[in-house]
Amino acid sequence: MVEGMNFNGQWIDINVNGIDYHLPEIPGEMLSDLLRYRLGLTGTKIGCNEAECGACTVLLNGKAILSCSFPAKRAHGCEIITIEGLASPGEKPDERILHPLQQAFVLYGAVQCGFCIPGQIMAAYGLLVNNNHPTAEDIRYALKDNLCRCGGYTAIIRAILAAAKAIRTGKPVEPPEVPEAVKAHEVVGRIHIRPDGIQKVTGTARYADDLTFDGMLHARVKRAMIPSGIVMDINLSKAEKIPGVVAILTAEDLPGEKNHGLVIQDWPILVGVGERVRTAGDAVAIIAAETREIATRAMNEIEVSYHVLPVVSDPVQARAEDAPRVHEKGNLLKHIKVRKGDINEGFLKADIILEDTFYTPMYEHAFIEPECSVAKPLPDGRMEIYVGSQIPYSDRSQVARALGVPDEQVRVIGMTIGGGFGGKEDIAGQIHAALLAQRTRRPVKLLFDRHESMLVHPKRHATQIKVKVGVRRDGTLMAMQTELYGDTGAYASLGEKVMTRATTHSSGPYEVPSVRADCYAMYTNNPPAGAFRGFGVLQSAFAVESMMDRLAEALGMDPVELRRKNALRVGSVTSTGQVLKDSAGLQECIDKVEAEMRRIGGSDPFSPKMVDGAPHLVRSWGFATAYKNTGLGGGAPDKAGAQVELYPDGTFEVRTASAELGQGLPAVLQMIASQELMQSPQRVRVLLSDTDLTPDGGPTTASRQTYVTGNAVRYAAHALGELIIGFLSEHYDISPERIRFEEGLAVVGDERVTLEKIADLMIREGRSPVTTYTYYAPETRPLGEDGDMHFAYSFAAQAVEVEVNRLTGEVRVIRVITANDVGFAVNPLGLQGQIEGGVMMGIGHALTEAFWVEEGKVVTDRFSKYRIPSIIHTPEIHSFVVEHPTSEGPYGAKGVGEIVIIPTVPAITNAIYHAVGVRVNRLPVDQEWILHEIKKSGVVPDKTIFL
Amino acid sequence: MSLWKEYYFPSTLKQALQLLSESPQPARIIAGGTDLLLDIQQGRQAPVHTLIDVTRIQELNRLEVDGDYLFVGAAVPIHCIADSPLVKFHARALAEGCSMIGGPQVRNVATLGGNVAHALPAADGTIGLVALDALAEIIDAEDSRLVPILDLFQGPGRSSLMLGKDILVGFRIPLRHFGQASSFQRIMRPQGVALPILNMAVWIEREGTTITQTRIAVGPSGPKPQRASTIETFLAGKPWNRETISEAIQLMRQTFSFRTSPYRATAEYRLQVCKQLFVEVFSVAWERAGEEW
Repeated sequence: MVEGMNFNGQWIDINVNGIDYHLPEIPGEMLSDLLRYRLGLTGTKIGCNEAECGACTVLLNGKAILSCSFPAKRAHGCEIITIEGLASPGEKPDERILHPLQQAFVLYGAVQCGFCIPGQIMAAYGLLVNNNHPTAEDIRYALKDNLCRCGGYTAIIRAILAAAKAIRTGKPVEPPEVPEAVKAHEVVGRIHIRPDGIQKVTGTARYADDLTFDGMLHARVKRAMIPSGIVMDINLSKAEKIPGVVAILTAEDLPGEKNHGLVIQDWPILVGVGERVRTAGDAVAIIAAETREIATRAMNEIEVSYHVLPVVSDPVQARAEDAPRVHEKGNLLKHIKVRKGDINEGFLKADIILEDTFYTPMYEHAFIEPECSVAKPLPDGRMEIYVGSQIPYSDRSQVARALGVPDEQVRVIGMTIGGGFGGKEDIAGQIHAALLAQRTRRPVKLLFDRHESMLVHPKRHATQIKVKVGVRRDGTLMAMQTELYGDTGAYASLGEKVMTRATTHSSGPYEVPSVRADCYAMYTNNPPAGAFRGFGVLQSAFAVESMMDRLAEALGMDPVELRRKNALRVGSVTSTGQVLKDSAGLQECIDKVEAEMRRIGGSDPFSPKMVDGAPHLVRSWGFATAYKNTGLGGGAPDKAGAQVELYPDGTFEVRTASAELGQGLPAVLQMIASQELMQSPQRVRVLLSDTDLTPDGGPTTASRQTYVTGNAVRYAAHALGELIIGFLSEHYDISPERIRFEEGLAVVGDERVTLEKIADLMIREGRSPVTTYTYYAPETRPLGEDGDMHFAYSFAAQAVEVEVNRLTGEVRVIRVITANDVGFAVNPLGLQGQIEGGVMMGIGHALTEAFWVEEGKVVTDRFSKYRIPSIIHTPEIHSFVVEHPTSEGPYGAKGVGEIVIIPTVPAITNAIYHAVGVRVNRLPVDQEWILHEIKKSGVVPDKTIFL
Repeated sequence: MSLWKEYYFPSTLKQALQLLSESPQPARIIAGGTDLLLDIQQGRQAPVHTLIDVTRIQELNRLEVDGDYLFVGAAVPIHCIADSPLVKFHARALAEGCSMIGGPQVRNVATLGGNVAHALPAADGTIGLVALDALAEIIDAEDSRLVPILDLFQGPGRSSLMLGKDILVGFRIPLRHFGQASSFQRIMRPQGVALPILNMAVWIEREGTTITQTRIAVGPSGPKPQRASTIETFLAGKPWNRETISEAIQLMRQTFSFRTSPYRATAEYRLQVCKQLFVEVFSVAWERAGEEW
């Protein structure tokens, strides 16, 4: 019997994974809740709780169903299989043999953040039960409703095909063919299975909502739900009387800081009476109760009255002189300027000048795991926070300040993260859960529902970008002038940094002698905007790459040739005055993509081609390039700490508080430490994100972890190797040159000493076999001072083939060719996942996604209204990895997480132009508008063409 | 504040009707529940006291030829309809519409009865039934009755079924005869709510190259699913050729009163794609009607 739940006298008999259960019926309970919270089968995930995402898929009498919206009672008398029931017993008592699907998902790199994976595997299992020889089409049909925001669809298809083959033939799952790094070392650059894969395919990986503590309370947050106003009154009397409500806190109860924020503390933890509501998601009261249901009821019974104020709904309006003020200091967060050369002179030297304006909407991260924080007070007065966070140390200090305690009194323990993409950098529920736990002295879980998640966490900045570009007749870019408006919403979050990146990258990956860029990052009453994969560069790349295509047309020049001619290369000077010293592989990216595009698309890929037998369908190609900084840059100190320790069992542990969001950091760090210590990766485990146990790795943002924390681990591991060799040299009185590592041991002269023995010897002699290293990335310069604004850049080119329906305006992406200069492919299998996932997210941004806000009110407030790409949107993806090493990067590596998405959007819109002659200035692509424009051009085919 | 208090599985219609009249109110019939439960969960419907699950009543799970019609039980899961050779043969538009409802997990649970009872003007399952001229079989404590499918709709989300009284038993679809066939298609907007901005089902009877009879159902072209009777009348007896189709298309503006819905589509776009869909769906149905069997 579950405490606080009402038993209604009825019983449920079900068989789950072969075990019979006789359970009391709880009114209103869904099957997913029964599985997760009553049987502890937390492998079944809740992503949206509205039957959209598929993460909760289980098999019921052999058929895949969505357990989040399936009454538990309805499963009475049925057999259920969950992810925990797929593996079969092995020969030894606790041995489990993974199902071929589980093996294949791991082997093929189909697992990234892992949150959707149980659902993906169960849906695939439901397919294979009836059809062990599926085609890729069958797989797309069966997995249509299983969303993966990491975008691992192509790997998922490959994995299911391989698993089906293994089932048919009875042979082991065949491994995938993934090219290794060109200059692979013993470990880095080789194919390696991610260390967290097995837990993620068996449902044993622990995400924050999978945790339960004795006596744990459940929290909810009363949100303003109006975008702008003053709180006049908060009436708790009804809510407080509800049995089971343990605490309700308002702004008056705050013991410490009133605000939080990553850079500027302008985001109220709770808005109090007489204070200002700036966005619909603002918190007014927080509740802790015995059950989530009671907390929800109390939330609904809290009465708040407001004096409603006018709404600032877009950044251009926000800058008007008479605009209402969102913050007392005004609506301007930052005016960002880039100046290079003389812009007037640049335009005077140009033969052709073009100008246009582009618009991008807000976008939602839509990680499948909603935010969840569990705060647990300890008897000694300290507070533990269990959370999936991109910046654990920032969480720690923000929570500590809110509680009014020193940082050391708070311990942030990172849980597995079900996707982040920048959306889990700011505080979500960490502070609220901690405040309630501090008050009640009981553990408190605060889980966002999907609706709340979409309302609260910062989005991608909506922008308006005006571009004026001047070019010589031979295609030489002379001048680029841009004016950007960025909507940072109600609070700063990382708005200034994001829009700085948008601005500095707004003249594209090209050498332009004269550049002038002005950006206005503006506050509005919209949900806040902050970090999101691509960090502003996605928006400005859409603008500048669209202009490059227009320029090519005006010049009568091939669009690839124009880009090649102006592309940044070693020795080029960027718009911020940085001379590129090494690792600028853009030319090679362009060459590789172009060659493949022409191989597939023929010598004239940019001409429209009608589909045989369907003349209303027209295909063509589009091309785009991009660059993106690695690391924080702009003068910000960029460092990471890491520890490596040899354990008495002969294994190593790498420790750092960097975050794994699904991108594969543990694999990268494991491989780097293995490489440095000349051990197999299986001997190295990685512990991340625990502020008591792991040194600060800095924020997981800006594509920086492989480079910065990778280097920290590299040097820490190297130092540990030196330490051990030094010790052995003393101990055995032998010169260090005669000592080297082999798997599991050190060869000391003629003797072979196991790692176990080394650890034992060192500990006995009081020498702790552990090293800590803090790596400082090369110094950078602030914007406005010439010199290196960033210590590295990644580059990319993409070509996309689209198909446009000239009778409906519908657009489909057929093929994507992508080349990314990542310096060095440390982990090629993980890299493939990042590349293909970036393309999928780019397709979503171009074609399916738009976060709509109307007068501060969020229209797209559920998953059913915000559509991320599904497996049916997956094109054929051809990927080339380009490796121009950067001198300081580990083995030459630089960032990959963001560059992979940036060129996709403009490549798609450029392809649409080449197919049907319609220029897209506004995202996402609106099929109705495309049709409208096609009709204006007067070349619409007769509707009866295919009679 | 739980979504429901009591949940029952009657195994006969009689028990279901009894539960419906005697259980603490509000009492609601639930089949797949894929719409109803989300409506309650998201506050569009108040929580109920009693849910009466009709999916284990044999009568509602029948899918078979019965005399001169095909009977599709109201609780038959959508995937069974989409995959059924019987439905594919006699009522292709229904099978095609059903194959596009939700995703596989939803189709394994959702039912045709629920799709119709939810009374959306553009439900993919419903539109096929309209073109196929189906009758709905309804039972209450006193009697059972047959109702033309279109009469079940009163407005968006409003069914003429009496809540707390009626149970939808199933649908009777006239069997296919030689020279007859049907087809279904829809157009979606990639962004926003995953409901069709337009869907269409066509049923045709042909003789040689002449269109003898046709039924055209379109959603959402009003608060309820609609038949394009002006165009149906126009097409009856016409030869199948480009002129006929072009003329039929010309009639669309006066036949339908499409609405502009924010974030979905304008009326003008709906009219454009309606023309396009018509050519596609009608051509496919025409070809099928000419098949030998």
